[in-house]
Amino acid sequence: MNKIRKAFEKGKAFIPFITCGDPSLEVTEKLVYAMEESGADLIELGIPFSDPTAEGPVIQSANVRALSGGVTTDKIFDMVARIREKTQIPMVFMTYANVIFSYGADRFIRKAAELGMDGIILPDLPYEEKAEFDPICKQYDVALVSLIAPTSEDRIAMIGKDASGFVYCVSSLGVTGVRTGITTDIRAMTAKVKEVQDIPCAVGFGISTPEQAKKMAEQADGVIVGSAIVKLCAQYGEECVPHVRAYVKSMKDAIR
Amino acid sequence: MSKGRFGVHGGQYMPETLMNAVIELEEAYEHYKNDPDFQKELEDLLNNYAGRPSRLYYAERMTKDLGGAKIYLKREDLNHTGAHKINNVLGQVLLAKKMGKTRVIAETGAGQHGVATATAAALMDMECEVYMGKEDIERQALNVYRMRLLGSQVHSVSSGTGTLKDAVSEAMREWTSRVDDTHYVLGSVMGPHPFPTIVRDFQAVISKEIKEQCLEAEGKLPDAVLACVGGGSNAIGAFYNFIEDESVRLIGCEAAGRGVNTAETAATIATGRLGIFHGMKSYFCQDEYGQIAPVYSISAGLDYPGIGPEHAMLYDNGRAEYVPVTDDEAVDAFEYLSRMEGIIPAIESAHAVSYAMKLAPTMEKDQVIVINISGRGDKDCAAIARYRGEDIHE
Repeated sequence: MNKIRKAFEKGKAFIPFITCGDPSLEVTEKLVYAMEESGADLIELGIPFSDPTAEGPVIQSANVRALSGGVTTDKIFDMVARIREKTQIPMVFMTYANVIFSYGADRFIRKAAELGMDGIILPDLPYEEKAEFDPICKQYDVALVSLIAPTSEDRIAMIGKDASGFVYCVSSLGVTGVRTGITTDIRAMTAKVKEVQDIPCAVGFGISTPEQAKKMAEQADGVIVGSAIVKLCAQYGEECVPHVRAYVKSMKDAIR
Repeated sequence: MSKGRFGVHGGQYMPETLMNAVIELEEAYEHYKNDPDFQKELEDLLNNYAGRPSRLYYAERMTKDLGGAKIYLKREDLNHTGAHKINNVLGQVLLAKKMGKTRVIAETGAGQHGVATATAAALMDMECEVYMGKEDIERQALNVYRMRLLGSQVHSVSSGTGTLKDAVSEAMREWTSRVDDTHYVLGSVMGPHPFPTIVRDFQAVISKEIKEQCLEAEGKLPDAVLACVGGGSNAIGAFYNFIEDESVRLIGCEAAGRGVNTAETAATIATGRLGIFHGMKSYFCQDEYGQIAPVYSISAGLDYPGIGPEHAMLYDNGRAEYVPVTDDEAVDAFEYLSRMEGIIPAIESAHAVSYAMKLAPTMEKDQVIVINISGRGDKDCAAIARYRGEDIHE
């Protein structure tokens, strides 16, 4: 059985995102263990892409740092293999369609499944283009996670009905990155999903403080945080692990 | 298969946040393209504001000098704002206005599309913001000033290579943050459906006119139509109404930069492979892991790592040919056309002129070549002077 559901079984899920290879794959691996120990329920591993059109400046820069450090899809697969010897925490890849398409969709998804990855999030793959990868994901039991946005409106039912793993609720307009306020009615979005399928909904984009996380967790099954963590990686580099550990703990504590 | 496909290419690989916006755009376009009032309004703008139809000029000296096929120049450079870009922009900004949008955003490479968008926005009283690579802002300082003069805000994009692809990425990001009142005026036959179709339809006026003008001047269709290709909007415009006329060779001229065997090239068909980027499936310059390549060309307008999906299909089915032209060859052609005909072409268009210089001598004297001069070259003078080792003040 796909492990994603498990992430949502012990109350509200905390889902941190990190960019693989920022600052190095060795540190990424350590971050996974540290984040699990400090309360992460599911981890999003970003495979860097040269032109991440859904990302704000913080994650864009992380992608640049990782790629200029020589990170490749194959090296990330090797790292996941090492991680899976030590932990079975649910993990999903977050990347862009071309990374998978270029590797060969079948080859990529089969490999991800063999390594014990539980899902894939592709911000540039809307419902209309799911058929590109979804049948292969289903074949290997890797969840192709669907996103819904504040602009989705009447599309939510269609997307929710067909969603697997969990539904990624994009909290605000725009790209990833820290925001001071989130005004979208997340509860209304998740309610529309629950009407058509009993599937966990996690909210992301713009969440950085424990207060925000608490507020968001009241309206969804989980909270996703990316840029705030990536900022710590940028700030502390090789020394970022204890900082991320403490941050993840503070966020998880806020939503317990 | 999803909507907006050209063979396997095209589609709508967009963030969910923008899906309702592209669907709304498609519905509006489907409505207005068959609306006689809209078409009449657009035609009036094209004729009385942009100066259409553009001339098909017989380049007699060039023809004699090359000693082969008769060469005609389709003078898109004579349009208002100096390039073919205005054809698409007038259509899209008018459409946006009808849709109730009050603000337009655009990407630009050489600055021609940005200037055209700023122009149409001024004309139709819309707010306008243009995203332009940092590198290109330096290469095309004059166009930056023109956009500001026209009342637009120009944003410098320093991410990635600071060129056209980064400007497109940034404009897409901006669109996701403000979609209600804003239309993204995409400048080429690329991006997610319905853009490749909308832009092609608005540019198809070029081949419609070439056909009529060539029939009138020569009593027959041209034997070859040449155009430069980055994303491919002037080329698809020049090709579209000839696609069914199989006797007409359609030749797209890609920017090879320092050569297709170097890393400093933007020749997508010559060096790219199938991928998914900027909303579409098509050919892209990329590495083995699908990371988009930092492409290079002297021409800011052709300096793009992909090609529009309809071109990718025309390449697949063999209907069109795509040839690489280097910086050196394009600069030679830029100077050649200036001296031979007194016409300074955009460095982008000079790529097509260059290939015509190779092709014409191999053809018969009763054959006809049409080169689409997609834009004027004033904007390039300082850069070409620098290329030749001369430093001039703009």
